[in-house]
Amino acid sequence: MALLQTEGLTAHYGDFQALFGVDIALNEAEVVAIIGANGAGKTTLMRSISGVLRNAPSMVQFDGAVIGNQPADEIMAQGVAMVPEGRKLFPSLSVEENLLIGTYGRKTGGHWSLETIYDLFPILREKRNNPGTALSGGQQQMVAIGRALMSNPRVLLCDEISLGLAPVVIKDIYKAVPAIKAAGASLIVVEQDIGQAMAVADRVYCMMEGRVTLSGTPESLNREAIHDAYFGAAA
Amino acid sequence: MIWVDTIVQGILLGGLYALFAAGLSLVFGIMRLVNLAHGDLIVMGAYLILVLVTLLGLSPFIAVLVAMPLMFALGWGLQKFLLNRTLGDDILPPLLVTFGLSIVLQNALLEGFSADSQRLPTDALTTASVQLGSISLGVMPLLTFASAILVIVGLNQLFYRTSLGRAFRATSDDAVTASLMGIKPANIFAVATGIALIIVTIAALYLGLRSNFDPNIGPARLIYAFEAVIIGGLGSLWGTLIGGIIIGVAQTVGAAINPEWQILAGHIAFLVVLLIRPRGLFPRAHD
Amino acid sequence: MAYTVQTRTRASGIAAIIGAGVLMALVCLPLFASRSLIQDMFLILTMLVLAQFWNLLAGYGGLVSIGQQAFVGMGAYTLFGVVILGGVDPVAAILFSGIGALIIAVPTAFFAFRLNGAYFAIGTWVIAEVVRLLVAQWKTLGGGTGTSLPREATREMWFVEGIETLFGVRSAAARDILAYWLALALAVATIGGIYWLLRTRRGLALAAVRDNIEAAKSVGVDAVRMKWVVFLTSAFGTGLTGGLIYMQKARISPDAAFSVTDWTAYVIFIVVIGGIGTIEGPIIGVLIFFLLQSLLADFGSWYLMTLGVLAITIMLVAPRGLWGLLSERTGLHLFPVRRRLVAPKTSET
Repeated sequence: MALLQTEGLTAHYGDFQALFGVDIALNEAEVVAIIGANGAGKTTLMRSISGVLRNAPSMVQFDGAVIGNQPADEIMAQGVAMVPEGRKLFPSLSVEENLLIGTYGRKTGGHWSLETIYDLFPILREKRNNPGTALSGGQQQMVAIGRALMSNPRVLLCDEISLGLAPVVIKDIYKAVPAIKAAGASLIVVEQDIGQAMAVADRVYCMMEGRVTLSGTPESLNREAIHDAYFGAAA
Repeated sequence: MIWVDTIVQGILLGGLYALFAAGLSLVFGIMRLVNLAHGDLIVMGAYLILVLVTLLGLSPFIAVLVAMPLMFALGWGLQKFLLNRTLGDDILPPLLVTFGLSIVLQNALLEGFSADSQRLPTDALTTASVQLGSISLGVMPLLTFASAILVIVGLNQLFYRTSLGRAFRATSDDAVTASLMGIKPANIFAVATGIALIIVTIAALYLGLRSNFDPNIGPARLIYAFEAVIIGGLGSLWGTLIGGIIIGVAQTVGAAINPEWQILAGHIAFLVVLLIRPRGLFPRAHD
Repeated sequence: MAYTVQTRTRASGIAAIIGAGVLMALVCLPLFASRSLIQDMFLILTMLVLAQFWNLLAGYGGLVSIGQQAFVGMGAYTLFGVVILGGVDPVAAILFSGIGALIIAVPTAFFAFRLNGAYFAIGTWVIAEVVRLLVAQWKTLGGGTGTSLPREATREMWFVEGIETLFGVRSAAARDILAYWLALALAVATIGGIYWLLRTRRGLALAAVRDNIEAAKSVGVDAVRMKWVVFLTSAFGTGLTGGLIYMQKARISPDAAFSVTDWTAYVIFIVVIGGIGTIEGPIIGVLIFFLLQSLLADFGSWYLMTLGVLAITIMLVAPRGLWGLLSERTGLHLFPVRRRLVAPKTSET
């Protein structure tokens, strides 16, 4: 039994259908990457799992319970935290306050606290009293990850955390993944950068036009198959 | 010297207007909701205190403590079950629903208490005054002003020192992302309106102690509150106090020139500020 | 050629025919109706006009004003001013009412347009209060207590003598009939004018501004100019109506003429209950308003409470109002403004 899974997940924005029966699974202590082009439905998938979009109950299951119809705050309280696309720091809050608010809905003890987050991303300790939005893109991303970790989640959803960042900064951020894993969280990482996804993930799902078109371990997938699954066979 | 006296009285009056305005400012700051029934809720608070005073024989200052949790519950329920349903991109529903609520409240009070003027019972303390040089300051206006400062300090502490305050600010920034932090925006809004109604109750106490009130005076209190908020700049509580003081001073100075000009002078001061500083004196950096 | 665009529907054609019949009956109403019915109809028609103009502002222009009483009051006081001080005939003075309202509408817009959304609403209210307080200082017109139209002016009003002889009624009743006809003409002109406006390019631009101001700007709609056009039009019409209402009442005071309850609260309730953003809505709304008023006339404040609760409920469960519900169920549009693409064969327009 997987820790988190979707079963025939569909999603709509008004008349537009964004997901057509998506099945993915995340096992305990695993890192799963979801790759795909713009508009493939990756962010919609994240929004559905995290409860920002509501679904039929059984479409999302976590730790043996159906959670597809629960609102975001209840899903978060059970231990599924999200680093949203575009970081979405709260401009009215300082860096430290942005981190602290991560525990609002879930105050379980665990590895992560202000101290351990500052150890993971030392630059944040220096900038703790700055407004979150005064930081560079990479630092903001660190705050967003730290904010999600503060609740000591069992599952961390990372939506496009490398978007718009310089390669050297992306590397810095991905350096944190082993530590996050070691502290007991399983991860779903949405990524447009195939190389980065292959490097970090235990398993990869490729999405196109609202469907999963390919899945497997990084070793088992060849370049050709990924290219077809990513851009469509005709491309 | 008469002018110094007039201006000091105006500043103290500004404390009352800041109390009227603080709740409005709080609710607007967190959920961008302008509650057109705010003034009528103040008047309702005054009647609630009056009922507690007459029924239980309490002093108004004790009655206000009893009224606070009741008003909090009312605000919480009002937001949770009625006003939350009006929030969204369209500005019509919240405006029209709160306007409807204002009319309903006014007429319910009229039905329950008649149009007769009422006043909370005052004792020696509330009519006393202290002499400061040649200026005599009423204890009541001083108490009002001190309460306004306390309320604003308290709200600032709540906003910037507590976990709830962080949740208020985060929800105000971005409700969807806040829900990813485990915050229920609907509950945050309900608590915020509850707190606003606690402040409304404090404002109601001084309204009732200082002057007569009847069911129809709510809209005018809403307008003073609104003017104070706009003059101060949306979302700035200290700005709201300054806004209240400007309205208060304009009114006492206007009244000193011609008693009929009191209210008018306050409105004119507001329009002048709007003319030179459309975003108020202390606008928030991002909005 | 190929496809054409038209707005007419079959229902609207039938409605036009029925409408013409109803209009004829309304014109002839004084022939057989009692004086009290004429007075009721005057109230209904004037409220309808006020509602149509508020609807134009809020429903189509997205400008929620709570300060319409400024224009009613200003229109009314202008009428009294030019009649009492200028010796103008009251009927002719109604035109000045519109102009009087326009004169304060310009500074009002200048201030209120600096405020957004909800703050615009209270801003208009503040300005209405300022106008009321200023007018109350105008001692020649009775200051805070108000004044009446001079007896000579009302007795010698245009058309009144003609109506007296035509219907064989006394002067007061003749004045009511005259006021009723003027209200009817104003209502027809208002509905026709607003309908025309909404069907022009300008009306389309208006809908675009209301739905998405940024998108509208990007396709070249001058949103600020549209707001001015709508605001001034609405002020002018509301001022005319205010003048007409107080010509009939012949007695004025600042508190009554600038009453937020009478000239804005009722009007908002009428539009919300009937259906905001439609021409049909205020018509339905005013009928319900009047029905409730007749039913609850003896219950004082319960009447306003009922209206308020009804308006809140409708806003929450059926935000398009009663007409919206009806139109959704039946697809009925009496004043269609939506442009539909029509295949070649059936099209004539």
